Amino acid sequence: MNGAIPPEKIANSIANHQSKTSIGAHSIFLGQIRADEIEGKTVQAIGYSAYEEMAEKVFHEIREAAFSKFDMTCAHIYHSLGTVKTGEICLFVFTSSAHRKIAIEACNWLVEEIKAKVPVFGKEILEDETHQWKVNK
Amino acid sequence: MKVNVKYFGQVAEAAGKTEEKLELEKGASLKEFKLKQIKQYQIPDPDSVQIAVNQDLVDDKELTEGDEIAFLPPFAGG
Repeated sequence: MNGAIPPEKIANSIANHQSKTSIGAHSIFLGQIRADEIEGKTVQAIGYSAYEEMAEKVFHEIREAAFSKFDMTCAHIYHSLGTVKTGEICLFVFTSSAHRKIAIEACNWLVEEIKAKVPVFGKEILEDETHQWKVNK
Repeated sequence: MKVNVKYFGQVAEAAGKTEEKLELEKGASLKEFKLKQIKQYQIPDPDSVQIAVNQDLVDDKELTEGDEIAFLPPFAGG
């Protein structure tokens, strides 16, 4: 989705699952933009871009793989594109299951897969308008 | 044969473009094409650049007419 993920979206996602009463546990991961300091300059925002067609395909594959691996009821993934300022949310992963262990494990697994496999690129924009490219650790 | 080449992130920055259509010899190797582009555009940190052909990551293959070849710098999602 374009820009930061608004907190209201997260609240609404939770509300949307209240009718699914077989669910006993949700697990949520939220990635937030950190104000790292790079050579004395502070990160103000990250500009995200992606190889969108491939990213969609990989998101789909990862989600399908997660459903085969874990006994989940639901899984939702949202990633920002464009500029996201420090303190704002850029990744929202939401898994639901009958019990907590599966929801938590599936959520962690999805986050790691997303970071490793989805072709998303991040430009860290510094306070003096220069930038450097982010690399996942 | 014609191929469609896409560049992302710092690779696009080095190439000064995000996309181009190129004419290659039939049966050209991906590995050689990658090296050629890296040299031509002086792409930084070339070992970190992965290539996707038609949206699948591959190390090497024989390229074919109409392939979409994407130069992908390190992923930074999340």
